[in-house]
Amino acid sequence: MKKKMLSLVLAGAMMATVLTGCGSDGAASGTTTESETTESTDAAETAETTEAADTAEAADTAGAADAAGGTFKIGGIGPLTGGAAVYGVAAKNGSQIAVDEINAAGGINGMTVELNFQDDELDAEKSVNAYNVLKDWGAQVIDGSVTSACSIAVSEKTYQDKVFQLTPSGSAVECVQYDNAFRICFSDPNQGIASAQYIGENGLASKVAVIYDSSDVYSSGIYEKFAQEAANQPFEIVTAGAFTADNKTDFSVQLQQAKDAGAELVFLPIYYTEASLILTQADSMGFDVQFFGCDGLDGILGVENFDASLAEGVMLLTPFAADATDELTVNFVTEYNNRFGETPNQFAADGYDTIYTIKAAAEKAGITADMSNEEICAALSQAMTEISVDGLTGEGITWDASGEPSKAPKAVVIKDGAYAAM
Amino acid sequence: MKKMKAGRLSKTTKNDLITYGMVILAYIIVQIFVATGHVSSLIQGLLVPFCTYAIVAIALNLTVGILGELSLGHAGFMCVGAFTSAVFSLAFKQTMPGGPRFFIALLIGAATAALVGFLVGIPVLRLKGDYLAIVTLAFGEIIKNIINALYLGVDGNGLHFTMKDALSLNLAEDGVVLIKGAQGVTGTPNDSNFTVGVILILVTLFIVLNFIHSRTGRAVMAIRDNRIAAESIGINVTKYKLIAFTLSASLAGVAGVLYAHNLSTLNALPKNFGYNMSILILVFVVLGGIGNIRGSIIAAVLLTLLPEVLRGLSDYRMLIYAIVLIAMMIFNWSPNAIFFRKRMRQRLTGGGKSEKEEA
Repeated sequence: MKKKMLSLVLAGAMMATVLTGCGSDGAASGTTTESETTESTDAAETAETTEAADTAEAADTAGAADAAGGTFKIGGIGPLTGGAAVYGVAAKNGSQIAVDEINAAGGINGMTVELNFQDDELDAEKSVNAYNVLKDWGAQVIDGSVTSACSIAVSEKTYQDKVFQLTPSGSAVECVQYDNAFRICFSDPNQGIASAQYIGENGLASKVAVIYDSSDVYSSGIYEKFAQEAANQPFEIVTAGAFTADNKTDFSVQLQQAKDAGAELVFLPIYYTEASLILTQADSMGFDVQFFGCDGLDGILGVENFDASLAEGVMLLTPFAADATDELTVNFVTEYNNRFGETPNQFAADGYDTIYTIKAAAEKAGITADMSNEEICAALSQAMTEISVDGLTGEGITWDASGEPSKAPKAVVIKDGAYAAM
Repeated sequence: MKKMKAGRLSKTTKNDLITYGMVILAYIIVQIFVATGHVSSLIQGLLVPFCTYAIVAIALNLTVGILGELSLGHAGFMCVGAFTSAVFSLAFKQTMPGGPRFFIALLIGAATAALVGFLVGIPVLRLKGDYLAIVTLAFGEIIKNIINALYLGVDGNGLHFTMKDALSLNLAEDGVVLIKGAQGVTGTPNDSNFTVGVILILVTLFIVLNFIHSRTGRAVMAIRDNRIAAESIGINVTKYKLIAFTLSASLAGVAGVLYAHNLSTLNALPKNFGYNMSILILVFVVLGGIGNIRGSIIAAVLLTLLPEVLRGLSDYRMLIYAIVLIAMMIFNWSPNAIFFRKRMRQRLTGGGKSEKEEA
C-alpha cells in the first residue's frame, strides 16, 4: 500500500516536473524574444556599420559584421515523427548542414543564421501549430513544410501574417498559390508533363503502362498530368493500375495487366519502396520491360534486401542524384554521411538548397535582422524573381512571381549500380 | 425550473450551470488575454482545435457514458461532417457571404453525419454486446478510404463524381473540382473562429445536457443500466438507442465542420480521421470521466494542449506524452489514487466531513 502510494507520488512529481519544465520553457522563450528585441535595437543603433558592411561585401568582412549583424531566424516545419519522418528528417538535416556552412562562412549579410525545425507529424493541423510555435520563437522566414498538404495549410497562415515561405518539397500546385510562397522542387504537374514529353520526344515506347498510388497526393498528381500530356505525345497509355497505401505489397495484378496489354514501358510515379517491390515481382514473373520513374525513385539503390541489379536500366527524372560527381554534391554527400551516417536523398538536397536560396535572396534584398517580417517578406518575394541559384537540385535555378522554380529536369539511367546521366 | 424561480436550484441544474459557467468564463478570460496581447500565437492557433475536440468528446460521451455503447468510429463521423460541409462551402465560396454560408454548412455537416450515424445504427443497435464498436471501427476506415478515392466536381450541368481520377469527371470549362481524391479539399474558406467554436460548445452542451435530463435521456440511461428491466416497462430499446447514437453522430459532424473550416486543406489521413483519432477521442472521454460531460471538455483541452507544450522536448515529446497519459489515468481512476485524493482533500478542508465526488 505504502509502496503504491509512493509510486503515485513519484508519478505525480514526474508530471509536475514535466509541466513546470514546459512552463519555464515558455518563460525562457519569452525572455529570448525580449533579448531579441534589445538586440534588434542594438542593430538599429549600429545601422551605419551594418550598411558599411553591406557595401564592403558581407562575406569577406564576416568577423567584424558578426557582432553587429544579429541573428536571422529560419523556422523549419516537417514530419519528424511517424510514417513520413524520413522526408522531414532528411530535409531538416540537409537544412542544418547548409546553416552550419553559412555560419562558418560568416552568415547572411553578417547575420548568424539560426534554424529551428518543428515536427508536424504529417498533419495539417499540427503543421499550423508548429508554425505558431515558430512565430512565437521569432522566425523571420519559414522553410517548410516538407509535405504538400501541410505546406498548403501553413501558406494560408503565412499569407495572412505576411511571412516569407519557401517549401523544399511541397509539390502540389496550391503550395505556392500566394505570392509570399515559393518552392525548390518541381511541382507534381511539371514532373508529369516533363516525363510524358521525355518519353515521347525520345521515342522510348509506343505503349506505356502506369502503376500509381491513388491514395497518395504526389503520385496521383503526377499521373493525372502525365495522362493529360500523353494525349499530345506519340504514345498511348494502355493500362493504368492503381494501388492504395493500405495495399502496397503485391503488384502482380497490375504487372500482369501491363504485360497482357503489351506495354513496352512502365511509368512509375511512386516512391522507391514500392518501386523496388514492383521491380522484384516483375523480374520473378519474367516481365522484361523498361521502367521509368520520377524523383520518388531516387533512393531505390539503397533499399535493404533489394537486388540492385534488378534496377539496371531503370530511367528516372530526378533533380538530385547522390552519386553525381560535381564538387557541390560530393561535398554535401560526404558531410551528410559523416554527420548522419547515411546517404542523403532528394529531400535532404531540397532542404540544403532551400537555405542557400534564402541566403541568396536575403543577400540580394539586403535583409538585416532589424527588419520586420512584413518588410522581409516583401523584399524576399521581390528578390526571389531576380536571383539565380546553383544548387544540388539544379543549376541556374530561377523563379518567377508564381513561385515555381525553373530548372531543367535531369534524366538519369541506372547503369552498373550507379546513376548515370543520359 | 420551478425550483429555479424560487431561488433553490436542484443539484443537476447547479451542476449544469457550473459547466456552462466554466466554458463562458474560459472564453472571457481568453478574450481578455488575447485583447491585452498576452497569448502566444501557438495558443491562439489552438483555440479552435480545443473547441473541435471538446465538442467531439462531448458527442462521444453521449454514446459511451449515457448510452453505454462503445463507438470507435467518431473520427469517421467527424470526417463525414467535415467533407460534406467543406464541399458545400467551397462550392458557394464566391456566391454566398461568410456567415449564412457557415451556418448552412453546419446544418449540412450535422445532418449528413446524423444520417450516416442513423444508417450505421439501424442494424447494429438491435444487437446486444460490443457490435457497435466493431462496426463503427470498420465504418471509420471505410469512410476514410472512400473519400481518398472519390473525385467530385461541379460545373454548369451539376455535380459529377467518379472513383477513377480527376480527368474522368468530364467537367465543362467553368467546372471546379471539389474533392480531388487523396489530395482532398483545398481552399475551404476559414470561417471557424474561437467565438463560433465556443458558441457551438454551448449549443452542444445545451442539447446534450437537456437530452440527458429529458424523458428520452432517462429512458436511454435506463437501457444502459438494465436493458431487461427497461424492456419490461415498455421502453423501445432500439428506438432510444438510435436516437442517442444519431444525436451523438451529428454532434461529431458539427465538430468536423469546425475542423474543416479552420484549415484551408482537408485530407482524410489516418492521422486526423483514422482509427487513432477515434481512440484519442475515446481517451478524452475516459480520462475526463465516462458520463461526465464537464470532464470531457477539460480532458479534451488538456490533451490537445499537452503535445504542443511538450515541443521543447523535441524527439522525446511523444514518449513523455504517453507517460503523462498513463500517469493521469492512474491519478484519475486508480482506487488508491481516489482514496489518496479524498484523504488529502479532507486534510486540506480541516478533516471533518468527507465531500462527495461530483458525478
